[in-house]
Amino acid sequence: MIKKLLELDGISKSYPGVIANSNISFDINIGEVHALLGENGAGKSTLVKIIYGLVKPDSGNLLLNGAPFKPGTPSEARQAGIAMVFQHFSLFEALTVAENISLGMDNPPNQKDLGEKIKSVSEAYGLPLDPAKTVGALSVGERQRVEIIRCLLQNPKLLVMDEPTSVLTPQEVDVLFKTLLKLKSEGTSILYISHKLEEIRKLCDTATILRLGKKVDTCTPKNTSTKKLAEMMVGSSIKAPKKINKPAGRILLKIENVCSLSKSQFGTPLTNITFDLKQGEILGIGGVAGNGQDELFAVLSGEQISQKGSISFNESNITKFTPNQRRKIGLLSAPEERLGHAAAPNMSLIENILITAEQSQDLVSNGFIDWEKSKAFAEKVIKEFDVRTPGSKNTAGSLSGGNLQKFVIGREILQNPTVFIVNQPTWGVDAAAASSIRQALLTLSESGAAILVISQDLDELLEISDRFAALNEGTLSQIKKTADLSFEQIGLMMGGAKDLEARNA
Amino acid sequence: MLKLEKRPQQSKKWIYLSPFLAVVITMISGGILFTILGENPFEAIRIIFWDPLFDPNFASYSRPQLLVKAGPLILIAIGLSFGFKAGVWNIGAEGQYIMGAIFGAGLALAFYPMESKLIFPLMIIAGALGGFLWGMIPAFLKAKLNTNEILVSLMLVYVAESILASVSQGLLKNPDGYGFPGSRNLQKYESAANVEIISNSGMHWGVLFAFITVIFSYIVLTRHIQGFNIQLTGEAPRAAKFAGVNPTANIVFCLGISGTLAGLAGMFEVAGPSGQITIEFNSGYGFTAIIVAFLGRLHPVGILLSGLLIALTYIGGELAQLMLGLPGASIQLFQGMLLFFLLATDLFANYRVKIGTN
Repeated sequence: MIKKLLELDGISKSYPGVIANSNISFDINIGEVHALLGENGAGKSTLVKIIYGLVKPDSGNLLLNGAPFKPGTPSEARQAGIAMVFQHFSLFEALTVAENISLGMDNPPNQKDLGEKIKSVSEAYGLPLDPAKTVGALSVGERQRVEIIRCLLQNPKLLVMDEPTSVLTPQEVDVLFKTLLKLKSEGTSILYISHKLEEIRKLCDTATILRLGKKVDTCTPKNTSTKKLAEMMVGSSIKAPKKINKPAGRILLKIENVCSLSKSQFGTPLTNITFDLKQGEILGIGGVAGNGQDELFAVLSGEQISQKGSISFNESNITKFTPNQRRKIGLLSAPEERLGHAAAPNMSLIENILITAEQSQDLVSNGFIDWEKSKAFAEKVIKEFDVRTPGSKNTAGSLSGGNLQKFVIGREILQNPTVFIVNQPTWGVDAAAASSIRQALLTLSESGAAILVISQDLDELLEISDRFAALNEGTLSQIKKTADLSFEQIGLMMGGAKDLEARNA
Repeated sequence: MLKLEKRPQQSKKWIYLSPFLAVVITMISGGILFTILGENPFEAIRIIFWDPLFDPNFASYSRPQLLVKAGPLILIAIGLSFGFKAGVWNIGAEGQYIMGAIFGAGLALAFYPMESKLIFPLMIIAGALGGFLWGMIPAFLKAKLNTNEILVSLMLVYVAESILASVSQGLLKNPDGYGFPGSRNLQKYESAANVEIISNSGMHWGVLFAFITVIFSYIVLTRHIQGFNIQLTGEAPRAAKFAGVNPTANIVFCLGISGTLAGLAGMFEVAGPSGQITIEFNSGYGFTAIIVAFLGRLHPVGILLSGLLIALTYIGGELAQLMLGLPGASIQLFQGMLLFFLLATDLFANYRVKIGTN
């Protein structure tokens, strides 16, 4: 007989201008891995925050083991047996693992006992972790383990995991899944939030699909095709971008032995990065976040000048060029962070055009801005990249993530770059916008531009890139043809060469 | 129950409305204050805001004073607005104002008693240079050593005040002044005097400069790439760096222009309305200009209007002291309340009030 652990009944929550959750009902059974599937903005996070006591619903009821459950704070939720691993970790980098864990506990034991407890739990669940290590020195995967063990020490009845695999290599994902299945076999329920369909089909018993704040369906993912799940999640079928295979041309950008220190204390310095980028190709750079992606982007965009090594463009040395000097010769870039880096949130789209298109579109003469021309270019971007906004006078911050990303990418592509560097082109973007951005990148490469895509989305890189390499702790793996790669190999490349040798030994 | 709800986009309407609302609330609170002090609040408000401009007994004296007081406030506030837009916080305009005055007066006194048409233009350059150099100290320290420009520029006010005290008793002291501290009176030195352009209007060369600066700043901020870069730096520093804005150049520009304009204001003051370098030459224009800049929404036209309004509170305050015996501090309180209520009403630009149940 299946017993229900948590029942959600008619949960609704609205924020100004958005209905985050509208009348959502479903049950989580004891010992079940339940997926919560939906795109960004579908209302997954709000729902989870309600369960964890961070947000109060406007209406609707929660039942835990049949009794009404109204957590007012996260600590009440924890006491009731609900634990959560957030997508963004809340760890102090300067403290040790044990210190971090004791900070999150309501009644922490002394450090020595805690250390032993951490060791025993971490070994029991196959998540090796040294309690005395400083968090700043841990990889992202290890940091996630800290969060998971913090939860497991509370013996939770329900473990909520928010997009846990977005920061992991395929091998680390396997380890995590083993742990989750062990927990499940012990009777712990897991609420697993994700938008990765294959994962959900592999791991979860039941899936509840949300779209625009409403529940679409609850189904058994193993019996539902990926295509069907995707359609339910997105609401329509998505056209997959088309890739044409063509021979790559001559080398446009040559990076040799580039080294660069990171600006932030816990950033990753780059060591001896070497690669070429050829006309008409897309080179994909994968890797777990925090392995030097931001530093690599900054060195290529010109925001940071590399301390060592050289960068040449069309055989001329541009190592010391500023961002604007690079734009002038046709090397354009689009950073990961849309708000505050690629665009200024409180400025209009017309003003945001000026950030990168000033020179190529000839928008300034004698220091004076041609607003008419800027507006015309902004409107061209809006039209050709299908940016949904009431008009070019609206601020960048008023656009949804997907629309702003289309604007940011479109702003660069319409300047006809010779070389285009892009970091996380579809991060936090809805599926339809992501697909159109990928198509735009493919079209650009077909027209002869060389493109470097830095991304943590492996599926994306496999879909659009001709060659693939991974960043690991600031060094670049060998570059391989994407077509010849298996997921296994990619995982090893992401884990770094050391793992590769260990495995081969 | 009242609830605040974040607006999806900043309300343009409230950005412009809140200064007016702040003025009204300040008048009401001021009125309550005057009532507590035992005065008729309506009479007090009338004396401060109306009589200086329209009372037949006072207007002939007060009206020109309006421009005399507004001129330096506007000139300094325009300079500050560039930095404030870019997130470069020059709090030390008072010091730059003093240094401009010392440089300007120093140059004039060096030529005394020679008469030449070139002296006044040279004084303008010297005044601008004095303020500029004083502004460059925090700029240099910030660019090279990443010091906090708020603290450095503020501390330099006290250094400037000490230099002022020193030169009024030493270097620039009037040799014919019977040993009293203070320089010669520049108004009595024809080549150096900053005279009224239109007599009895209060419109001296400094006021003209202030008006020109308003137009100049409007053009720079709305049409010129430098103005755009400044605003971009303030809105999103990382985006500015991505756009190729040089952060050091930006700091130097902002502190340079605010120092220059504050120095000019000091020079025009010492050569005109004040006439001489004395220990208590500075009267807080450099600090009050911060209120003027924010009350004017860092917008050139707004600063022009708020400069006139704050000038009016100065004159009206003096009148109220004279007529009602109100304490001198009450006018500073008035100006302080204005900024306070402005910051409070600014909340409505980003939030709206929702009345309803939980």
